[in-house]
Amino acid sequence: MNLSLPQAGQASDRLASPFPALGMRRPMWLALIALVAAAFVASLALGAVRIPLDEVLRTLAGGQASKDTWQTIVLTFRLPKAITALLAGAALGVAGLQMQTLFRNPLADPFVLGISSGASLGVALMVLGGAAVSASVFGRTAFLGEFGLVTAAALGAAAIFVVVLTIARQVQSVVTLLVLGLMIGYLTGAVVSLLIYFSIPEQVAAYVNWTFGSFGGVTWQQMRVFAPALLIGLAAALAGVKPLNALLLGENYARSMGVNVRAARWWVTASASLLTGAVTAFCGPIAFLGVAVPHLCRALFATNDHRVLMPAVILLGGALALVFDLIAQMPGARFTLPINVVTAALGAPIVLWVILRRQSFARV
Amino acid sequence: MNMFWSRHSHRPEHARPSGAALDQAAGSSSVPAALKARDLTVGYRQGTRTRVVNRGLNLCLRRGTLAALLGPNGAGKSTLMRTLAGLQPPLAGEVWLDGRPMRALSANELARNLAVVLTDRVDAGYMSAYALAALGRYPYTSWDGRLSAEDEAIIQEAMRAARCESLAARMASELSDGERQRVMLARALAQQTPIILLDEPTAFLDLPRRIEIMHLLRDLAHNTGRAFLISTHDLELALRFADELWLMAADGAFSVGAPDEVSARGDLLRAFAAEGDEVQRYLQGIHR
Repeated sequence: MNLSLPQAGQASDRLASPFPALGMRRPMWLALIALVAAAFVASLALGAVRIPLDEVLRTLAGGQASKDTWQTIVLTFRLPKAITALLAGAALGVAGLQMQTLFRNPLADPFVLGISSGASLGVALMVLGGAAVSASVFGRTAFLGEFGLVTAAALGAAAIFVVVLTIARQVQSVVTLLVLGLMIGYLTGAVVSLLIYFSIPEQVAAYVNWTFGSFGGVTWQQMRVFAPALLIGLAAALAGVKPLNALLLGENYARSMGVNVRAARWWVTASASLLTGAVTAFCGPIAFLGVAVPHLCRALFATNDHRVLMPAVILLGGALALVFDLIAQMPGARFTLPINVVTAALGAPIVLWVILRRQSFARV
Repeated sequence: MNMFWSRHSHRPEHARPSGAALDQAAGSSSVPAALKARDLTVGYRQGTRTRVVNRGLNLCLRRGTLAALLGPNGAGKSTLMRTLAGLQPPLAGEVWLDGRPMRALSANELARNLAVVLTDRVDAGYMSAYALAALGRYPYTSWDGRLSAEDEAIIQEAMRAARCESLAARMASELSDGERQRVMLARALAQQTPIILLDEPTAFLDLPRRIEIMHLLRDLAHNTGRAFLISTHDLELALRFADELWLMAADGAFSVGAPDEVSARGDLLRAFAAEGDEVQRYLQGIHR
């Protein structure tokens, strides 16, 4: 994607011209990229064990750290976790941006389609209902393994994914999709409540633990599925960036400007669902990043142009996920906060601030 | 605001091709039709049920012409506008653009032939008026929507033509209704289509802004050779500025002609015949 920067000669012409430059300023990009790099390295160096920066960089470069434990901590635990946070933050930011534009609603988030509700249902069925149904066949311990959780969540998300995409191709109005997502949420909520009601406390605790979210659960083996899924989703989102700008004016205008609205809607829904489904399956339902990051990017770059917002959301979403995860570990402390506590506690004030600020200058 | 044209606010002396029903127009006029429809039936289809709003419409919109669609509420103006814009399919008949059936055009081809300015709410948020007008280039840009220097020159030219270049750096959310209407018009001009449809372009505007926009539309029609069709409730402004009136009566009767012709034939009174004595007396007073 070309993020055309104004050339030196053009810039001076702009001063005399009444027409503002379109696109993005270079310093902002460099700042964002620097932020991502800094957050990434920091998340490898900081934590319960503090590892010197040069040791981290040496390990990353393929060298040998001066302590074997450091080597193990960086390569086995922190590196997959940092990559997971980076990708998940980017994915949720992108899916949130897509949903906010598709539904023309500033409060839309990646979860409005109901994909993550499907994932929750999958996990609930396995953790809570699994014992009753299949304890005799498999035995519960095998079922509660990490990959089992991911499989259950992925199956649940995939089931809803198929439903949503089938319907997205047929519905006249995008509002139908919104209502569909909402109803899926209620339905899965009902089933989950029912399962909780008949479960023993240990099972409920295991389920609740999943809903807290975590970037730490993705092993290198799982990364082979997680990373490609998210990279495909992000590429699809970037490839579908053009109709989003036209959709800002509503579907009628978009159609009049040559957008195949149904195809665009399907593409956006499919890529957002893939991103949300994969993140929820591997990390649990991570709250607020999806709704907060697009708002932050609009405010930071003062634009609605998705050609700017999409890469900005990828970078800032990844950086914020890394920073939030660092805060969750509270370097030096003996325990780790659930990631959703941090994203919600910091995300909610951000969304509030943006909405209130927007109200103050919106003129009706 | 640039008011240079307020000095000559009379109807232009030069004769416009007087519009007429398709029957007499097809071969006789030297001005080519940008949009035509024959035996067009418009309405809504829901499942197996259809609701016909208007049937048997014969239409012809010529280049270089400003046509105004008038009629009481409920006569079906919006339905006809939406159908002509390709936003909903006709129940029967066919709309032709430059001799090609609209149905056969791809979404992109349609967007290169016909642009619209709607009454839909535009919630553009953080978007400059320039970026808003730039969306008009959508049918011409590649997959990533990147604008070339030529695209930008066309957008700037469109904003000058719509007399809103001074608004370019303003945020779209801060524009007044009249200003936003001009920017949306610039966006339609940047789409470089031979036909532009505007749904109630003067709604929500105060009188000076309404006069300005009607004047602008007529000038654009005459100077750029584009065909403009507006739907409006501004009868007096339409009589004064439009080259051609399309009258839609509540009972479905449809008549077309130059403002003088239409009122001389009594079509104006007929279109609003269902409206009662006050309206009839008022209409008789307007145009003599």
